[in-house]
Amino acid sequence: MDLEMTEVAFFNGTGNCCSDMGTLFKSELMSRCQLYLPPEAAYNCVAELGELGLAQFVDLNPDVSAFQRQFVGEVKRCEEMERTLRYVETEIVKEKVGIADESETSIPAPAPREMVELEASLTTMENNLREVNINYVALRKNHLELSELKNMLRKTEVFLSENQLNLQELDENTRLLDDASEREKDIEDQAYSSMKFNITGGVIDRARLLAFERMLWRVSKGNVFLKVAEIDEQMEDPGSGDVLNKAVFIIFFQGEALRSRVKKICEGFHASVYPCPDSGVERREMLCGVDTRLSDLSTVLTQTTEHRHRLLVAAAATLRSSYVKVRKMKAVYHVLNMFSQRDGGRVLIGEAWLPTADIPDIRAAVNTGAQTAGATIPPTIEKVHTTEQHPTFNRTNKYTGGFQSLVDAYGVNTYREVNPSVYTIATFPFLFAVMFGDAGHGAIMLTATLWMIIKEKSLESKRNISEIFNIFFGGRYIVFLMSIFSIYTGLIYNDIFSKSFNIFGSHWSSKQMSFVATNSTPLSLGMSYMLDPKDNNSYHSEPYPFGVDPVWQSATNKIGFLNTYKMKISLIFGVIHMSFGVMLSLWNKISKKLYHQIFLEFIPQIVFLLGIFGYLVTMIFIKWVMYGANKADPFSEHCAPNLLITFINMMLMKKADVDIKMDKCHTSLNYEIDMYPGQQELQKMLLLIGVLMVPIMLLGKPLFIMYRRRQARARYDSLRDELLEPQQEEGGPVEEDFGEIMINQGIHTIEYVLGSVSHTASYLRLWALSLAHAQLSEVLWSMVMRIALASFKGYAGAIALYLIFAFWCMLTISILCLMEGLSAFLHTLRLHWVEFQSKFYEGAGYLFMPFSFRESLKQAAEDDKEVLKTIAK
Amino acid sequence: MPLCGQKSSVCCAVLSVWGGIQLGITGALIYTGSPAFIEDIPLAENANWSPQEWETNLHAGYQQSALNCWIAALLYLVTFCVSTHQYWANYNTGDQFKVTIGSMRFY
Repeated sequence: MDLEMTEVAFFNGTGNCCSDMGTLFKSELMSRCQLYLPPEAAYNCVAELGELGLAQFVDLNPDVSAFQRQFVGEVKRCEEMERTLRYVETEIVKEKVGIADESETSIPAPAPREMVELEASLTTMENNLREVNINYVALRKNHLELSELKNMLRKTEVFLSENQLNLQELDENTRLLDDASEREKDIEDQAYSSMKFNITGGVIDRARLLAFERMLWRVSKGNVFLKVAEIDEQMEDPGSGDVLNKAVFIIFFQGEALRSRVKKICEGFHASVYPCPDSGVERREMLCGVDTRLSDLSTVLTQTTEHRHRLLVAAAATLRSSYVKVRKMKAVYHVLNMFSQRDGGRVLIGEAWLPTADIPDIRAAVNTGAQTAGATIPPTIEKVHTTEQHPTFNRTNKYTGGFQSLVDAYGVNTYREVNPSVYTIATFPFLFAVMFGDAGHGAIMLTATLWMIIKEKSLESKRNISEIFNIFFGGRYIVFLMSIFSIYTGLIYNDIFSKSFNIFGSHWSSKQMSFVATNSTPLSLGMSYMLDPKDNNSYHSEPYPFGVDPVWQSATNKIGFLNTYKMKISLIFGVIHMSFGVMLSLWNKISKKLYHQIFLEFIPQIVFLLGIFGYLVTMIFIKWVMYGANKADPFSEHCAPNLLITFINMMLMKKADVDIKMDKCHTSLNYEIDMYPGQQELQKMLLLIGVLMVPIMLLGKPLFIMYRRRQARARYDSLRDELLEPQQEEGGPVEEDFGEIMINQGIHTIEYVLGSVSHTASYLRLWALSLAHAQLSEVLWSMVMRIALASFKGYAGAIALYLIFAFWCMLTISILCLMEGLSAFLHTLRLHWVEFQSKFYEGAGYLFMPFSFRESLKQAAEDDKEVLKTIAK
Repeated sequence: MPLCGQKSSVCCAVLSVWGGIQLGITGALIYTGSPAFIEDIPLAENANWSPQEWETNLHAGYQQSALNCWIAALLYLVTFCVSTHQYWANYNTGDQFKVTIGSMRFY
């Protein structure tokens, strides 16, 4: 109901609606439009819209499965092309050829007729690659066999020559196997033929050698002789590229029966058997032949590798652009699938959410698309009225995007609701700085973020190296503001690496102090002296012009002094922040024209908050202004009332306890210590008003709704009598809804009332974290740096300082900047999300996700990186 | 030539700059007798000192600390030069061995 009213209000609106279009205070006006596209121009128009990136398409065929959609064929073809491209890419990456990165924005989506050419070229490329790969593998296999054969022949030369020697006891130097055949003739008479051995030679994996030998021994019952020599040359398996260590073996056996057994065993152990000729001449000839074949083969191999490399380089040149083209096409067809066809296919109708301010641009883009396609019928865009919730589109740039994402992380703001991110730009760094307040650490953060900002362009491409760096880089503008504000609060707290700067001259002086040593109390560095601000010699009776006086860093009661100050400012900031939140709810109500809620919700809320907690803040200011150490008695420092006790007494309507010490502080005849006349009466009245606001908050809105419904029903009743229409549904639901409304309102009221107490106290974390930060900083200095400066004698301290300073730096960055920084960031975020936004924020919207090539290409590139990682491993 | 990697040389260079600046400023502040650093000076407290002895010892302590700070700052200047030199050494020779997705490898 409310949304409809908003729609109508803005459509009927006058010039006012244009003034808040295109600002960050609210989300953009969105309209739901129907696009009527002629089918021949549909592709181009959608491509243009993809380049523009401003239209979120709605699926008009939600119940149609993916396989029944209109353009499913084209999508399949695109996916096939993508598969081809991925295959080519893996080959390129395996070969470690460089792929040129192209700027993707310059490549437009190709026309549908280009798709056929692209498909054809990709298929040929893939086929070529596959062919080359197969050939390559076959050639390598051949090469492997030949080199194994060569090795085998070489080694067996050695074996056989040795063998001959054993049998013959001839000249050891003669290794020429040419003689072997002659020798065979010679000793043939010596019944040498009976000793003739059969030889089987081959090559086997070194790993299987032992088992092979044992098996041979067992099978042949010890009647074979195996001689083994390892191949030193390392060979590669053609298929997988693994390194193989092989060994040459030669088996001597007698008899044909063993031959078959030996052969079987060789086959079983995957040993490659090569024919080994008996005579040396044949072996030499074979060796020569093998050598020639090997050299030929190596030439062919190098040629093949070069050819493959050339193919891959050629593919790599166009790889990225092909990817972009194919992906853009696929995206366009996906969108076209969401359109519905009517009029017998003469027009394609699609629905999309468009930002109203951008409709002229979108119209222009669609017309350009239609012109490129040469369509005769111009496409039309028509606004359509809908009650669906509009998406939230916040137009941000790189500066405001970070803050918007901080707010969106909690909840996307409802359509046309007040956008808190604008105010967050100022309040977030400020509240962070109140908690972080150290100028030195702020300066460190500033240098780091300045580096990131100045080197923005070059770091943008490298931002995905690590998740953490991505987070810091994305938030660089936020951290930049945080660091500047931290330097400011650091100067106010006068805290730079736990030391204070004395810029203007301290307004406390020690002229009064005299240190006299007696026998019983010798002088020591730890003696303390009290400086009374009443005393003109101690205090100049005017405060330090900017920030905390530097004398406080040497004071033993520094924490006590700063505590009260920081607690009070935390409460002040808290109440201001929260009332600002309640004010924003007023703006929400005005823009939704719920004027009754202004009186029934906003006014009670603000009166309650300001009446009670605003009064506390006022008391803080009164106490600061009116009381002072240099003032006379009712307003001297010991007469200043404890605000917390005063506040509690106000709430409980209790009278203060009598305190004899405060005897001179009474301003009137009653026992109360009043800061101003009439305080008690005012407090009672404020309390009463605050309590009265609670039932208004609780019952106001439900009663109003009930009253309205009764009016509406009365009207309908009168109508019903006239029209004789049965309207029976109104009876039941109204009753139930009312109960729900009451419960909701009760919850909201309790949340607000209790929340105002707890949230006000919650802002005290501003004090707590700044105290923790200051103390950590001081401890770090006194425990780390002081050792270097104070405990070393003479010039050894310089070396110690050199080393310890590095250690101090590491600790400062890791503990104080990173850990405390993250902690303060988190607490600030919580303060914004819970304490601030609960006063006005609804946050029930959904983000506007337009169809944009840039986004889909970015997403696809990330997926690519994941795939590449698995391949590279 | 390059003793440490490129990243650690950048880290050392940044640290040296910070050290040089901060120790220089701290040294200057201690030299002028800033009361903020009263506990950061080497002072052998002796109960039997007279006020004059206290004064001289305090001044001596302050001088010593300031000198130490400046010597350390000089050492950091030297470290800065060394680490910058390392960075350039890495830059010139290390480019071949840097692996990026778009670089060619010789195989």
